[in-house]
Amino acid sequence: MNIDSIKNGFVIDHIAAGKGMKIYKLLGLSDLSCQVAMIMNAQSSKTGKKDVIKIDADIDLDTHILGYVDPGITVNVIKDSKIVEKKKIELPERLTNILYCKNPRCITSTEQELSHEFVLTDKQRRIYRCIYCDSEA
Amino acid sequence: MRHLIDILELSVEELDSLIATAMDIINNPEKYAHKCDGKKLATLFFEPSTRTRLSFEAAMYELGGNVLTMADAGSSSAAKGESVADTAKMISCYADIIAMRHPKEGAPLVAANNASIPVINAGDGGHHHPTQTLADLLTIYREKGGFNDLTIGLCGDLKFGRTVHSLISAMSRYKNIKFVLISPDELRVPDYVINKIVDSGHKFVQLQSLEEAMPQIDILYMTRVQRERFFNEEEYLRLKDSYILDIDKLKTAKSDLVIMHPLPRVNEISVAVDNDSRACYFTQALNGKYMRMALILKLLGIE
Repeated sequence: MNIDSIKNGFVIDHIAAGKGMKIYKLLGLSDLSCQVAMIMNAQSSKTGKKDVIKIDADIDLDTHILGYVDPGITVNVIKDSKIVEKKKIELPERLTNILYCKNPRCITSTEQELSHEFVLTDKQRRIYRCIYCDSEA
Repeated sequence: MRHLIDILELSVEELDSLIATAMDIINNPEKYAHKCDGKKLATLFFEPSTRTRLSFEAAMYELGGNVLTMADAGSSSAAKGESVADTAKMISCYADIIAMRHPKEGAPLVAANNASIPVINAGDGGHHHPTQTLADLLTIYREKGGFNDLTIGLCGDLKFGRTVHSLISAMSRYKNIKFVLISPDELRVPDYVINKIVDSGHKFVQLQSLEEAMPQIDILYMTRVQRERFFNEEEYLRLKDSYILDIDKLKTAKSDLVIMHPLPRVNEISVAVDNDSRACYFTQALNGKYMRMALILKLLGIE
């Protein structure tokens, strides 16, 4: 399968197989007018299968979303068809409007204009809690 | 500018300083009678809570300040559809400090993020109630002279009781504390609160019987076990009396036990216990006023 190499943009690599579409949606990639390649179940020497997303535009990439969905992801930054940077993604400290609080007693359930904010409270167990009511995500 | 939303926002040193101020207020009330002259406290209560509101208002009056009250805020601004953020911005134009009670968890934090004056959380749903914990801490300090080397028995509804969770968090920061957690299985302390005890290196035991716990504890913090919290009626009937403190159960207690309750009491402490010198729950309410006075001074930056 041939996919054009990209000139300026990103290759989001080592996405756990099956999580590519989730990232595609969370990053809002369907709204972009540039070329976006979504490769699912690509061969991986490390994990057997992986998903890969290629974006042929220098967009403002929200790495927080990537870190939350799969902290094993790497992001290759491409400039003039060459990899200029390999970013290692970490679990983000804070998430805004990525997770939504489901606690009916939380103020976010009635005040629609409030953004849903979660902070990482336990890195080992990957636990995020709502800043308003402390509910676990 | 500082707010108080969660008790853990105050460091141990800041708590010590608030307690020192409260003790000075108790000993020299006249020194503080005009500290807040010309200042206004707005009490915004979106759900009924007469005692907390009156305690805040009494605190402000005793500092020489004035009070703007929206005792029935839930049926005024909120009923018109005004957001908490807008209410906080509007009140900032009129008052110098806000005390807010709201049924929704996190509402005082939203107010703090939008107000240009300090906001005190006076209770947000089943979440935080930091000024109750301040009252609890001053009571422990006055009765025990400090916070280290204590065995604290917490009895009743330990699952939903926010005052219990806040007190555990606050006391976990001191040395050599042992928690005796007395509740039916259905109403045990949630795991994340247990984790706080474990992480801070303190000991704890979970018991079902108040009688079994009684001889070892220095402080007994009672809360109410509500019928609706039980999954089955049989279990409720079997256990309900075990969590009612009466003179009989106090027979095996230490002579210097401190009995506390956040109030209002319904039937979980027999009225006969009120005359026992170990009953401290009404003093605890008084201590709440002193700590609220100290807190208002601190947040307004008044020495």
